[in-house]
Amino acid sequence: MTKVFQKPHALCDVPLHYCPGCSHGIVHRLVAEVIDELGIEGSTIGVAPVGCAVFAYNYFECDMQEAAHGRAPAVATGIKRALPDKVVFTYQGDGDLAAIGTAETVHIATRGEKVTTIFINNAIYGMTGGQMAPTTLPGQITQTTPYGRDVSTQGYPVRVCEMLSTLDGVALAARVAVNNIKNIKAAKAAVKKAFEYQIQGLGYSIVEVVSSCPTNWGLSPKEAVKWLEDNMLAYYPLGVYKDKGEGADAK
Amino acid sequence: MAKVTFNEDRCKGCELCTTVCPKGIVHMAKHRLNAKGFHPAEVTDQEQCIGCAFCATICPDVVIEVEK
Repeated sequence: MTKVFQKPHALCDVPLHYCPGCSHGIVHRLVAEVIDELGIEGSTIGVAPVGCAVFAYNYFECDMQEAAHGRAPAVATGIKRALPDKVVFTYQGDGDLAAIGTAETVHIATRGEKVTTIFINNAIYGMTGGQMAPTTLPGQITQTTPYGRDVSTQGYPVRVCEMLSTLDGVALAARVAVNNIKNIKAAKAAVKKAFEYQIQGLGYSIVEVVSSCPTNWGLSPKEAVKWLEDNMLAYYPLGVYKDKGEGADAK
Repeated sequence: MAKVTFNEDRCKGCELCTTVCPKGIVHMAKHRLNAKGFHPAEVTDQEQCIGCAFCATICPDVVIEVEK
């Protein structure tokens, strides 16, 4: 008998601290699988965010650096420019990337830094206990929007991939999900492509993962997957928003 | 014949693996708890496993190993 599925080497053999059913664990594993497949564990440096994934530095076998809240792109830029031969990735949530770190995110993208970003979009602030995020859906109930997000006062959610796809420095902007087996396989392919584009020097690559947060959505993990499919995928359509490697941008 | 192995003490009882098994043989062990205090997932009829690794693919905690 041969093993057809086991823990990737690049993922540490430790329990993850995430809540039951949280998408972070799946995405961590996909990143580690891609690091294994590309054989870049010894030459990869990851940058961890502030948010639920703050302990990501404990979970990857490659070198990791913690950044101040929202500043992972700035730290990653410094690492990549000092060590251009290394593969550098940031792993950020929606509070880190689309709220406090929006400026860094936009500018790392428009500078076309050869860095890969894995962006977890779960439409809520997880670590701080379920407050409204920039990505919270209209009408969605959170701790700070108990009657639902009212767009007349709280504005509309940010679609990060669409926004960044207008910038010339971006080589790949793709939105994926990990709600079922088919989408998990597509997500892994997108993560792999993002790392390959960085290695080829094409520019900045970002993979947005539409994720679930059962705890702060107040749902069971199974209900959260259903809620994601019914609500999030309509506002955040999956797809490739920019792909320099393909020659033409395909939506 | 394929074989799935659960690292039970890592399981958080999210039940996502039970939703994707094409043979419907992954269940939650309602009669016992793991070290974390969750009902862990288990396979009740190993003979029927086809080794598709869907359960392991959707598991957020890398609990499951699959051999074929």
